[in-house]
Amino acid sequence: MATDQELDETHEDSAAAETSAALDVAPYNVAGSRGPAFGDPLFEYLLRLGDDRLVLGHRLSEWCGHGPILEEDIAVANFALDLIGQANMFLGLAGQVEGQGRDADALAFFRDNTRFRNALLVELPRGDFGFTMVRQFLFDAFSVVQLDALASCGHAELAAVAAKSLKEDKYHLRHSSEWVVRLGDGTEESHRRVQEALNALWRYTGELFERDAIDAGVEAHGIVFDHDAAKARWDAIVHDVLQRATLEVPQVKLMASGGRRGRHTEHLGHLLSVMQSVARAHPGASW
Amino acid sequence: MEQSTIAPQDESALVAAFEARIAAGESIEPKDWMPERYRKQLVRMMSQHAHSEVVGMLPEGNWITRAPSLRRKMSLIAKVQDEAGHGLYIYCGTETLGVDRQELIEQLVDGRAKYSSIFNYPTLSWADMGVIGWLVDGAAIVNQTILAKTSYGPYARAMVRICKEENFHKRQGYEICATLARGTPAQREMLQDAVNRFWWPALMMFGPSDTDSPNSAELLKWRVKRKTNDELRQRFVNLTVPQAIAIGITLPDPDLAFNEATGNWEFGEIDWTEFFQVIGGEGPCNRERLAARREAHDEGAWVREAAAAHAAKQQRSGTQAA
Amino acid sequence: MSASDSTMRYEGDVSADGLVVTGKTQWPLWEVFTQAGKGAPHEHAGSVHATDAEHAMQNARDVYTRRGEAVSLWVVPASAIVASAPGDAGPFFDPGNDKAYRHPHFYKVPQGVRVF
Repeated sequence: MATDQELDETHEDSAAAETSAALDVAPYNVAGSRGPAFGDPLFEYLLRLGDDRLVLGHRLSEWCGHGPILEEDIAVANFALDLIGQANMFLGLAGQVEGQGRDADALAFFRDNTRFRNALLVELPRGDFGFTMVRQFLFDAFSVVQLDALASCGHAELAAVAAKSLKEDKYHLRHSSEWVVRLGDGTEESHRRVQEALNALWRYTGELFERDAIDAGVEAHGIVFDHDAAKARWDAIVHDVLQRATLEVPQVKLMASGGRRGRHTEHLGHLLSVMQSVARAHPGASW
Repeated sequence: MEQSTIAPQDESALVAAFEARIAAGESIEPKDWMPERYRKQLVRMMSQHAHSEVVGMLPEGNWITRAPSLRRKMSLIAKVQDEAGHGLYIYCGTETLGVDRQELIEQLVDGRAKYSSIFNYPTLSWADMGVIGWLVDGAAIVNQTILAKTSYGPYARAMVRICKEENFHKRQGYEICATLARGTPAQREMLQDAVNRFWWPALMMFGPSDTDSPNSAELLKWRVKRKTNDELRQRFVNLTVPQAIAIGITLPDPDLAFNEATGNWEFGEIDWTEFFQVIGGEGPCNRERLAARREAHDEGAWVREAAAAHAAKQQRSGTQAA
Repeated sequence: MSASDSTMRYEGDVSADGLVVTGKTQWPLWEVFTQAGKGAPHEHAGSVHATDAEHAMQNARDVYTRRGEAVSLWVVPASAIVASAPGDAGPFFDPGNDKAYRHPHFYKVPQGVRVF
């Protein structure tokens, strides 16, 4: 501690000396805002929808060639394709709304990780097949509830993309639910593994239902999402499946949060450094 | 199998009848009588084919997470997914011959089975995704179009389905190549390097010359195979050279020349020493490929067990309820 | 044939409570039939391995309808299919070959009748 203090003092001394010199330049307002500055609410909202699906689709695509049985390799690839396709549409729409000439690829491959708006849940490493399926199930249940509401929202283009995506995600939910039940109520080992996965993942589910200024901001576009009602529907779906799976709902002290504001886990940076590597090594190139 | 109960004097009559059916162009179905050698050859060939599809997911799967655009990422996932499907279709074909998929996969992960040598080469750049689609799938299509007429019904039907689905594989690969060819100098260089690495291994995919191929004569007689390895290889070269010219890429063979008299693009000696080394397990990536398959299989064991255990529980509770 | 011998029972090591515990367990085989369009017949598409009917249905959907090939699916345990034996082919099917009177071209229509 003493050393830290000494360092601080040294630093303060030199900083004070520099500041008095710097005061000769035009003064500026040093008191910044507490949170990150948000852009246009609709743009931000579409990024959230797109990034959730892009990042989760990416995680699923990591299973290609490594699944527990060929049938499941094919199923997981289907989900990855659906989600990346959805991301392509949501990000495409975001680019249009932004109006700066950025398309879905520009948003996917040339944004840094603090500019991503996905929930933390989807960026966690894929883990074992049980972890992947539990995460998928928790997200699918959320996504179905979310897209179901958005499919009838007042923003026509968003509603159309949501309606198309909803069909896909309803099937995902059916598939992931069955796997959670099979693994939860399978062998002792599978039960232990998925209960551990659920325990690890549960603290990332709260963020899905947080409401903030962006949600309020998009209401002007006719996009109204009742977070409390959505959470109640999600709870009903999740608790029913967990009960069939003989899994216990974990208790957590504090829900993790931050992805929607660009405050991610360290995992996202690594995911993006892989995903963006080729595109960024050749800026301006066509593929 | 039924034939084991048949006395030897009847066997020759059955073989004669079987060969007459083949000669008449009939297809052989699972329950039909067939010589044990025919069944064995089919199991060998079909399982090698299925293994190749499944191991073939790995070199391309290696670039899914790095595909440089969302469109390319989706095409590549769909393509690798198709390969899983094709492996599955062909394994199902072998199951009609009395061999379980599980058994074959264990042979693969134990290193007792063979698969196409091409998948033991590493994928080192994005351009490899284009070149694999163009050359490797191109070679596979030449092979498979002929296999769709093979004498064993379930294999032929799987191949018809596979050929239909694979139509897009070569096109997406060639499209990547064409895009890189008219791209930046770095992209062109990347493409040429990938072509240089994959050209010769692609030619080796058709297998050794028929004079050195121990199984060819029998397979041709029973119409499991319909063309010789050399015929198929020549057909592939003739199809591919004009495609290389169209995108302005060179092929790494100074002996490549068009023969006006035969209409064939003649090519240089294939390095069969390399081929036999790779087949024998000493290729650049044999160990990695097998390790990856073994890991997927082993890591998946608890999942397969759990699903079976769950179904057994459901069955029991269903029985009790009834 | 393993396809027809495979039963819905799980083979392998059985633990004390009667449940299967081996990783070598092969899931049962199911035959998949797809209907290409409304009104079309269901046709055999291929097979999948799965543990139960819902699982088989999902696997069939993921494996055999990736390109919009189907509007309806059937899955049937491979063990439930009864197939005619090749040896029966003669007595079963040849008698149908010479019954020309079952086909319309057996009957003459008077000349001059153009639309029938």
